[in-house]
Amino acid sequence: MELPAQTYRVTRADLVRYAGASGDFNPIHWNERTATGVGLPGVIAHGMFTMALVGRAVAGWAGAPDAVVDFGVRFTRPVVVPDTDEGTEVEVSAVVKETTEEGLTRLDITATCRGEKVLSQARALIRTAG
Amino acid sequence: MSLDPSFVGRTYPPTAPYQVGREKIREFATAVGATDPAHHDPEAARALGHPDVVAPPTFPVVITMAATQQIVEDPALGVDYSRVVHGDQRFAYTRPVVAGDELVCVNTIEDITSRGGHGFLTTRTDVRTVAGEPVVAVWSKLVVRKEA
Repeated sequence: MELPAQTYRVTRADLVRYAGASGDFNPIHWNERTATGVGLPGVIAHGMFTMALVGRAVAGWAGAPDAVVDFGVRFTRPVVVPDTDEGTEVEVSAVVKETTEEGLTRLDITATCRGEKVLSQARALIRTAG
Repeated sequence: MSLDPSFVGRTYPPTAPYQVGREKIREFATAVGATDPAHHDPEAARALGHPDVVAPPTFPVVITMAATQQIVEDPALGVDYSRVVHGDQRFAYTRPVVAGDELVCVNTIEDITSRGGHGFLTTRTDVRTVAGEPVVAVWSKLVVRKEA
Protein backbone atom coordinates (compact mmCIF):
# COMPACT_ATOMS: atom_id res chain seq x y z
CA MET A 1 0.00 0.00 0.00
CA GLU A 2 1.30 3.44 -0.93
CA LEU A 3 0.94 6.24 1.58
CA PRO A 4 0.13 9.82 0.50
CA ALA A 5 3.33 11.74 -0.36
CA GLN A 6 4.24 14.72 1.82
CA THR A 7 6.11 17.77 0.54
CA TYR A 8 8.17 20.02 2.82
CA ARG A 9 9.65 23.39 1.85
CA VAL A 10 13.17 23.97 3.18
CA THR A 11 14.72 27.44 3.34
CA ARG A 12 17.96 28.81 4.80
CA ALA A 13 15.92 30.14 7.73
CA ASP A 14 14.83 26.56 8.52
CA LEU A 15 18.47 25.46 8.60
CA VAL A 16 19.47 28.27 10.94
CA ARG A 17 16.57 27.43 13.26
CA TYR A 18 17.48 23.73 13.19
CA ALA A 19 21.15 24.54 13.90
CA GLY A 20 20.10 26.44 17.00
CA ALA A 21 17.63 23.82 18.23
CA SER A 22 19.91 20.83 17.58
CA GLY A 23 23.27 22.35 18.48
CA ASP A 24 24.75 21.37 15.10
CA PHE A 25 26.44 24.59 14.00
CA ASN A 26 28.58 23.11 11.20
CA PRO A 27 28.93 26.12 8.84
CA ILE A 28 28.27 24.02 5.71
CA HIS A 29 24.61 24.32 6.78
CA TRP A 30 24.53 28.13 6.76
CA ASN A 31 27.68 29.59 5.19
CA GLU A 32 28.01 29.54 1.38
CA ARG A 33 31.77 30.25 1.51
CA THR A 34 32.44 27.28 3.77
CA ALA A 35 30.14 24.98 1.81
CA THR A 36 31.64 25.74 -1.60
CA GLY A 37 35.12 25.75 -0.04
CA VAL A 38 34.78 22.06 0.84
CA GLY A 39 33.51 21.21 -2.62
CA LEU A 40 29.74 21.27 -2.03
CA PRO A 41 27.49 22.92 -4.62
CA GLY A 42 26.22 25.29 -1.91
CA VAL A 43 24.75 25.34 1.59
CA ILE A 44 23.18 21.96 2.36
CA ALA A 45 20.55 20.88 4.87
CA HIS A 46 21.64 18.93 7.93
CA GLY A 47 21.08 15.24 7.17
CA MET A 48 19.34 15.08 10.53
CA PHE A 49 16.98 17.88 9.44
CA THR A 50 15.97 15.84 6.40
CA MET A 51 15.53 12.80 8.66
CA ALA A 52 13.37 14.90 10.99
CA LEU A 53 11.10 15.83 8.05
CA VAL A 54 10.79 12.13 7.25
CA GLY A 55 9.95 11.57 10.92
CA ARG A 56 7.11 14.09 10.59
CA ALA A 57 5.76 12.22 7.58
CA VAL A 58 5.99 8.90 9.44
CA ALA A 59 4.18 10.32 12.49
CA GLY A 60 1.50 11.69 10.17
CA TRP A 61 1.00 8.33 8.46
CA ALA A 62 0.94 6.54 11.83
CA GLY A 63 -1.56 9.07 13.16
CA ALA A 64 0.41 9.41 16.41
CA PRO A 65 3.43 11.46 17.56
CA ASP A 66 4.85 8.57 19.61
CA ALA A 67 4.44 5.67 17.15
CA VAL A 68 8.03 5.24 15.94
CA VAL A 69 9.71 2.11 17.30
CA ASP A 70 12.65 1.86 14.90
CA PHE A 71 13.79 4.43 12.34
CA GLY A 72 16.89 4.35 10.15
CA VAL A 73 18.23 6.06 7.01
CA ARG A 74 21.35 6.33 4.90
CA PHE A 75 22.29 9.79 3.63
CA THR A 76 23.24 9.42 -0.02
CA ARG A 77 22.94 12.88 -1.57
CA PRO A 78 22.93 16.36 -0.02
CA VAL A 79 19.81 18.56 -0.02
CA VAL A 80 21.13 21.82 -1.48
CA VAL A 81 19.22 24.85 -0.17
CA PRO A 82 19.56 27.97 -2.35
CA ASP A 83 19.54 31.45 -0.81
CA THR A 84 16.05 32.31 -2.08
CA ASP A 85 12.66 32.85 -0.44
CA GLU A 86 11.49 29.58 -1.99
CA GLY A 87 14.51 27.50 -0.94
CA THR A 88 13.91 23.94 -2.07
CA GLU A 89 11.47 21.09 -1.43
CA VAL A 90 11.84 17.59 -0.02
CA GLU A 91 9.19 15.06 -0.99
CA VAL A 92 8.64 12.02 1.23
CA SER A 93 6.66 8.95 0.24
CA ALA A 94 6.41 5.42 1.56
CA VAL A 95 4.96 2.00 1.00
CA VAL A 96 3.69 -0.32 3.70
CA LYS A 97 5.99 -3.31 3.49
CA GLU A 98 4.60 -5.73 6.05
CA THR A 99 3.05 -6.25 9.44
CA THR A 100 5.46 -7.97 11.82
CA GLU A 101 4.58 -10.80 14.17
CA GLU A 102 4.45 -8.23 16.97
CA GLY A 103 1.79 -6.30 15.07
CA LEU A 104 4.12 -3.46 14.03
CA THR A 105 4.02 -1.92 10.55
CA ARG A 106 7.16 -1.68 8.44
CA LEU A 107 7.47 1.24 6.01
CA ASP A 108 9.93 1.61 3.14
CA ILE A 109 10.49 5.32 2.65
CA THR A 110 11.64 7.41 -0.30
CA ALA A 111 12.84 11.01 0.06
CA THR A 112 13.66 13.10 -2.99
CA CYS A 113 14.83 16.64 -3.72
CA ARG A 114 14.60 18.02 -7.26
CA GLY A 115 13.67 14.55 -8.48
CA GLU A 116 16.72 12.80 -7.01
CA LYS A 117 16.78 10.42 -4.07
CA VAL A 118 18.55 11.90 -1.05
CA LEU A 119 18.22 8.85 1.24
CA SER A 120 18.53 5.12 0.80
CA GLN A 121 17.61 2.23 3.09
CA ALA A 122 15.10 4.55 4.78
CA ARG A 123 12.86 2.37 6.94
CA ALA A 124 10.58 2.80 9.89
CA LEU A 125 8.81 0.39 12.18
CA ILE A 126 5.69 1.92 13.69
CA ARG A 127 2.91 1.10 16.08
CA THR A 128 -0.41 1.75 14.46
CA ALA A 129 -3.58 2.70 16.29
CA GLY A 130 -6.32 0.16 16.84
CA MET B 1 45.86 8.05 8.55
CA SER B 2 43.32 5.26 8.63
CA LEU B 3 41.22 4.42 11.67
CA ASP B 4 42.60 1.69 13.90
CA PRO B 5 40.26 -1.36 13.77
CA SER B 6 41.49 -2.48 17.20
CA PHE B 7 39.14 0.18 18.65
CA VAL B 8 36.11 -1.95 17.67
CA GLY B 9 34.26 -3.06 20.80
CA ARG B 10 35.61 -0.23 22.93
CA THR B 11 33.03 1.20 25.33
CA TYR B 12 33.47 4.63 26.87
CA PRO B 13 32.51 5.76 30.38
CA PRO B 14 28.88 6.99 30.78
CA THR B 15 28.36 10.66 29.98
CA ALA B 16 27.11 13.19 32.54
CA PRO B 17 23.29 13.12 32.85
CA TYR B 18 21.35 15.24 30.33
CA GLN B 19 18.17 16.82 31.71
CA VAL B 20 15.49 16.79 28.99
CA GLY B 21 13.63 20.09 29.29
CA ARG B 22 10.07 20.78 28.19
CA GLU B 23 11.13 23.98 26.42
CA LYS B 24 13.95 22.15 24.59
CA ILE B 25 11.46 19.62 23.23
CA ARG B 26 9.14 22.45 22.17
CA GLU B 27 12.03 24.31 20.54
CA PHE B 28 13.21 21.22 18.65
CA ALA B 29 9.67 20.28 17.58
CA THR B 30 9.10 23.82 16.30
CA ALA B 31 12.41 23.75 14.38
CA VAL B 32 11.42 20.57 12.53
CA GLY B 33 7.79 21.65 12.06
CA ALA B 34 6.35 18.95 14.33
CA THR B 35 3.07 20.55 15.35
CA ASP B 36 1.35 17.64 17.11
CA PRO B 37 0.11 18.97 20.48
CA ALA B 38 1.84 16.11 22.34
CA HIS B 39 5.20 17.79 21.56
CA HIS B 40 4.04 21.10 23.04
CA ASP B 41 1.23 20.62 25.54
CA PRO B 42 1.74 18.43 28.64
CA GLU B 43 -2.02 17.75 28.84
CA ALA B 44 -2.05 16.40 25.26
CA ALA B 45 0.97 14.22 26.09
CA ARG B 46 -0.70 12.92 29.28
CA ALA B 47 -3.78 12.00 27.26
CA LEU B 48 -1.48 9.61 25.34
CA GLY B 49 -0.16 8.16 28.58
CA HIS B 50 3.11 10.13 28.85
CA PRO B 51 4.18 12.05 31.95
CA ASP B 52 5.09 15.21 29.97
CA VAL B 53 5.65 16.45 26.40
CA VAL B 54 7.02 13.83 23.97
CA ALA B 55 10.13 14.42 21.86
CA PRO B 56 9.98 13.92 18.07
CA PRO B 57 11.70 10.69 16.93
CA THR B 58 15.02 12.26 15.91
CA PHE B 59 15.36 14.41 19.07
CA PRO B 60 17.85 12.05 20.79
CA VAL B 61 20.51 13.16 18.30
CA VAL B 62 20.71 16.41 20.27
CA ILE B 63 22.06 14.36 23.15
CA THR B 64 23.95 11.64 21.30
CA MET B 65 25.79 13.94 18.89
CA ALA B 66 27.31 15.73 21.86
CA ALA B 67 27.94 12.41 23.63
CA THR B 68 29.80 10.83 20.70
CA GLN B 69 32.34 13.67 20.80
CA GLN B 70 33.91 11.32 23.35
CA ILE B 71 34.80 9.06 20.43
CA VAL B 72 35.30 11.63 17.70
CA GLU B 73 37.65 13.64 19.91
CA ASP B 74 39.50 10.62 21.33
CA PRO B 75 43.09 11.55 20.44
CA ALA B 76 44.07 7.87 20.38
CA LEU B 77 41.54 7.22 17.58
CA GLY B 78 42.52 10.37 15.69
CA VAL B 79 39.38 11.24 13.68
CA ASP B 80 39.86 14.37 11.54
CA TYR B 81 36.44 15.94 12.10
CA SER B 82 36.83 18.39 9.21
CA ARG B 83 36.65 15.37 6.87
CA VAL B 84 33.65 13.70 8.54
CA VAL B 85 30.30 13.33 6.79
CA HIS B 86 27.20 11.62 8.16
CA GLY B 87 26.59 8.24 6.54
CA ASP B 88 23.78 6.42 8.36
CA GLN B 89 21.57 7.06 11.33
CA ARG B 90 19.21 4.78 13.24
CA PHE B 91 17.10 4.94 16.38
CA ALA B 92 15.67 1.84 18.10
CA TYR B 93 13.23 2.85 20.80
CA THR B 94 12.23 1.16 24.03
CA ARG B 95 10.02 4.18 24.70
CA PRO B 96 9.87 7.81 23.52
CA VAL B 97 11.96 10.51 25.22
CA VAL B 98 9.82 12.79 27.40
CA ALA B 99 10.44 16.02 29.26
CA GLY B 100 11.79 15.33 32.72
CA ASP B 101 13.97 12.43 31.60
CA GLU B 102 17.51 12.46 32.95
CA LEU B 103 19.51 10.56 30.36
CA VAL B 104 22.97 9.03 30.34
CA CYS B 105 24.76 7.87 27.18
CA VAL B 106 27.11 4.92 26.89
CA ASN B 107 29.08 4.97 23.63
CA THR B 108 30.50 1.89 21.98
CA ILE B 109 32.53 1.64 18.78
CA GLU B 110 30.68 -1.06 16.87
CA ASP B 111 32.58 -1.14 13.62
CA ILE B 112 35.53 0.38 11.82
CA THR B 113 36.19 -0.35 8.16
CA SER B 114 37.97 1.36 5.30
CA ARG B 115 37.20 1.32 1.62
CA GLY B 116 38.71 3.33 -1.20
CA GLY B 117 40.76 5.38 1.24
CA HIS B 118 37.66 6.42 3.22
CA GLY B 119 37.20 5.38 6.83
CA PHE B 120 33.83 4.22 8.19
CA LEU B 121 33.13 4.47 11.90
CA THR B 122 29.92 3.02 13.36
CA THR B 123 29.03 4.06 16.89
CA ARG B 124 26.22 2.80 19.09
CA THR B 125 24.96 4.98 21.91
CA ASP B 126 22.78 3.35 24.54
CA VAL B 127 20.61 6.05 26.06
CA ARG B 128 19.27 5.18 29.52
CA THR B 129 17.77 7.02 32.43
CA VAL B 130 20.01 7.66 35.44
CA ALA B 131 18.06 4.81 37.10
CA GLY B 132 19.25 2.48 34.31
CA GLU B 133 15.98 2.16 32.34
CA PRO B 134 16.77 1.74 28.62
CA VAL B 135 15.12 4.42 26.44
CA VAL B 136 16.66 4.33 22.97
CA ALA B 137 19.67 2.86 21.17
CA VAL B 138 21.17 5.16 18.56
CA TRP B 139 23.55 4.14 15.76
CA SER B 140 25.55 6.58 13.64
CA LYS B 141 27.88 5.77 10.82
CA LEU B 142 30.41 8.49 10.14
CA VAL B 143 32.45 8.58 6.97
CA VAL B 144 35.95 10.04 7.28
CA ARG B 145 36.72 11.07 3.73
CA LYS B 146 40.19 10.46 2.41
CA GLU B 147 42.52 13.42 2.07
CA ALA B 148 42.35 14.94 -1.37
